[in-house]
Amino acid sequence: MLTSDPWLILLIVVPLMSAPVCVLIRNATAAWVVAMAVSWAVFAVSLKLLFKVLAQGEVIYRIGGWDAPWGIEYKLDILGAFVLIIVATVGAVVMPYAKKSVESEVPKERIYLFYTMLLLCLTGLLGIAVTGDAFNLFVFLEISSLSSYVLISLGRDRRALTAAYRYLIMGTIGATFYIIGVGLMYQMTGSLNIADLSTIMPAVADTRTVLAAMAFLTVGISLKLALFPLHTWLPNAYTFSPSVVTVFLAATATKVSLYILLRIFFTIFGEVDLFSTFPIQPILMSMALAAMFLASLSAIWQENIKRMMAYSSIAQIGYMVLGVALATESGLAGGIIHMFNHALIKGTAFMAIGAIIYSTGAVTLQDLEGIGKRMPLLMAAFIVAGLGLIGVPLTAGFISKWQLVTATLEADMWPLAALILLSSLFAVIYVWRIFEVAYLRQPAIGHKATKPLPLSMLIPTWALALASVYFGTHATFTIDLAHMAARQLMGGL
Amino acid sequence: MNPFLSQAATIQLALILPLMGGILVWILGERHRNLREAASLLTAICEFIVVASLTKDVLAGARPSVDFFEMLPGLYVTLTVEPLGQLFALIASGLWIVNTVYSIGYMRKNNEQNQTRFYICFTLAISSSVGIAFSGNILTLFVFYEILTLSTYPLVTHSGTVDAVRGGRIYLGVLMSTSIGFLFLAMLWTYNITGTLDFQNGGILGGQVHGAELGVLLFLFMFGIGKAAMMPAHRWLPAAMVAPTPVSALLHAVAVVKAGVFSVVKVIVYVFGIDLLVESSADDWLLFIAAFTIIAASIVALRQDNLKRRLAYSTISQLSYVILGAAILAPISIAGAAMHMAAHAFGKITLFFAAGSIYTAAHKTEVSQLDGIGKRMPYTMIAFSIGALSMIGLPPTAGFISKWYILSGALETSNALVILVIIGSTLLNAGYFLPIIYRAFFKEQKLRAKDEPYQKYDNHGESPWPVVAALCFTALGTIALFFFPDVPLALGQALVGD
Repeated sequence: MLTSDPWLILLIVVPLMSAPVCVLIRNATAAWVVAMAVSWAVFAVSLKLLFKVLAQGEVIYRIGGWDAPWGIEYKLDILGAFVLIIVATVGAVVMPYAKKSVESEVPKERIYLFYTMLLLCLTGLLGIAVTGDAFNLFVFLEISSLSSYVLISLGRDRRALTAAYRYLIMGTIGATFYIIGVGLMYQMTGSLNIADLSTIMPAVADTRTVLAAMAFLTVGISLKLALFPLHTWLPNAYTFSPSVVTVFLAATATKVSLYILLRIFFTIFGEVDLFSTFPIQPILMSMALAAMFLASLSAIWQENIKRMMAYSSIAQIGYMVLGVALATESGLAGGIIHMFNHALIKGTAFMAIGAIIYSTGAVTLQDLEGIGKRMPLLMAAFIVAGLGLIGVPLTAGFISKWQLVTATLEADMWPLAALILLSSLFAVIYVWRIFEVAYLRQPAIGHKATKPLPLSMLIPTWALALASVYFGTHATFTIDLAHMAARQLMGGL
Repeated sequence: MNPFLSQAATIQLALILPLMGGILVWILGERHRNLREAASLLTAICEFIVVASLTKDVLAGARPSVDFFEMLPGLYVTLTVEPLGQLFALIASGLWIVNTVYSIGYMRKNNEQNQTRFYICFTLAISSSVGIAFSGNILTLFVFYEILTLSTYPLVTHSGTVDAVRGGRIYLGVLMSTSIGFLFLAMLWTYNITGTLDFQNGGILGGQVHGAELGVLLFLFMFGIGKAAMMPAHRWLPAAMVAPTPVSALLHAVAVVKAGVFSVVKVIVYVFGIDLLVESSADDWLLFIAAFTIIAASIVALRQDNLKRRLAYSTISQLSYVILGAAILAPISIAGAAMHMAAHAFGKITLFFAAGSIYTAAHKTEVSQLDGIGKRMPYTMIAFSIGALSMIGLPPTAGFISKWYILSGALETSNALVILVIIGSTLLNAGYFLPIIYRAFFKEQKLRAKDEPYQKYDNHGESPWPVVAALCFTALGTIALFFFPDVPLALGQALVGD
């Protein structure tokens, strides 16, 4: 029996407790220092945990010393560690970037609250990845969701308020559906522990109650995941929130939701032959395909680049869900690796956009004319991200596409392979719209002068861009990790 | 054997050297333009020396190889030198030297903007061409193929005009959609079936793919390689003519398009294997499409008044000669296809150099404006004539030899269609090149109302000396290849011999 690893609980408790600390000190810079220190500590611990998980399969912590299923158990397996590292990496990279960006976008007297909320959001997302308890997961889901509603509403534009409100409504419905699902499962099994649920589930799988639970869980999480057609809250939320929030949410929140979906399908219902009992596969696949095509098409027509990238995110979620829907080891690995790669790519893209907003205040394509000349280094990073979205070789996006298409071919679903490639051509169009405006047009006369971009924003952007190139050229580690996680989920390890 | 470096290091250097040159160019920038140009030229010369130092070993049967990095589990970006790749790398790097000299004269005389970016993108394009040439597996080929597309895009849209942007869209649209839509799929499919992506003698698909699947896979590969400009995936090439002439000359007559047909030949020989295709006759349709492209593109070329567009359609037609040579599947015609890569490279770069020279000195772009220009620009037009003769396939130019070999292959396999196509296209080639020569040397310049804007340039002589030197050199090269075709032929025969 594994002994409890205290790092697992510290990983959650430290950011959780540091949030009220930020409120108490009420100083913008001090709050940032706290957030910075915490996020880097979290990153270091996550790395440590990842390697420990790789060495021994899983890491656990029993809260209060109570054994599962009576007590709450924190349990980190390979998939959890992978998601943890995504969240922690993005958190660590975003914090140094945040300082200047937040100062320019959020009223000074609210900055310490901003970091409080950001730390809470980080806590929630980390908690979802480590907890082994379905109800505890709901708690963390709510912590991250509630804090993200606040974060979004802090945007400069007044439309941020309606965007946050809309997300609040949709997100609450999603969370409520989730808790209804958990309640129904509890009714049938008397357990909330995920591992325990997984062993009891086959006995009660045929009941209508479990079927209803399954439906509630799927729809609820799909809402948080912004799976087409439940994505309507996302474009406005990403567009009007402060730049840092967009970066953070786009790179982490939807990935963590996908993680929950994987947990439900492949751990809680892991012993049930879910995909042959319920028509989950055709439903998920058609939604994923609709997301890939319709959201990409929408992205092409956007004039606001933040919104364009938001629609692109919806499309990319489609790719991840498509991989999951295949329900094979390769397919899952494709979905999982794309979580990581897309976090790098979209993180870079939104960081670059945030930096443009910082320097010029521009967000529409028209305002970006000739930006390639004025901000050459930054736009180069954005182009790297854009190439990643297309899936050009040597970027992380290529690896995702490789894995997803391989998975469809292995599953003998070659029309899906063709559709994946076809939809990735849409990315060429919207990325190239930006490219042409940025590089091939002359800046209009009377453009506002650009504020020089601080290194604290440029370096994190390039760090993520280079990471996406590194993991696009040396993908052995991430691919193997994704495969291991997928194998563990499929119950083969 | 290179006395200074191991073979592996030489291969790596061939890939990295242009990039280092690019960085040097970037550092020097517009402020030190003389040094910048010197750096470009020096890089090109070094690159050629490095590539050439491998020739002897490759001819002796060595296949030096080096793994760059492990991109995916078990799949490396690998560079392996084999005869065809060596030939392609020699052509690309050798003509890069000449083209750099030409560029210096051309870009300065025409006061082009963003010259630093121009030279940097060139180094990237050459580096990726060498990467394609030396690619040891399909993955490596694909990686450099895509980089080549992206690095040449800024060159196509160099002027930034509306036309350039539109041309760039077609360029990128056709090349990206074919490579992502077809080539990527074909690569993964092959990997899924065979578990390997290595280029191997005799192919990797033999015995594993049958019937319709083989046909579909061949289709995906052939149309996935859009750079080969086989109809109907040819539209990008005329669109790319909005680029400055040195780009059209080196990239869209040599590096990019040769990368296309090179990939086609390489896939046929090393992925499918000649034996597999001979047995299954899965590639019969390829012969028809290539034949159709040769004839159709020539007919379109006949009707083009814009000189560069006429040359572009001529390129489309000539590229399909290489595909045709490979699709005949006779060893001698495949050697001919390899030879044609070299022959067409020298001939077509000369023609483009001449077109650019005419534009630089006389600001003329249309065939109908060229009456009597031979008297003002004798060197340019004589070089043009030599290039044109090579396109038609007349001795004493290199085009004759390659056509001869391809024709021999057709005779060997008694393929009446191919023989007819070659004869027909020779006539068509004569039909669209000889009138230009006739106009230039034997017609008097007449004053017409629509030529008025150009009259102020009428007092022109030859172009700047770097331009003239470059085009004379390649014209002489076209003739030299007729008398000394040993190296390309030997490499071509080594391709099918082993």
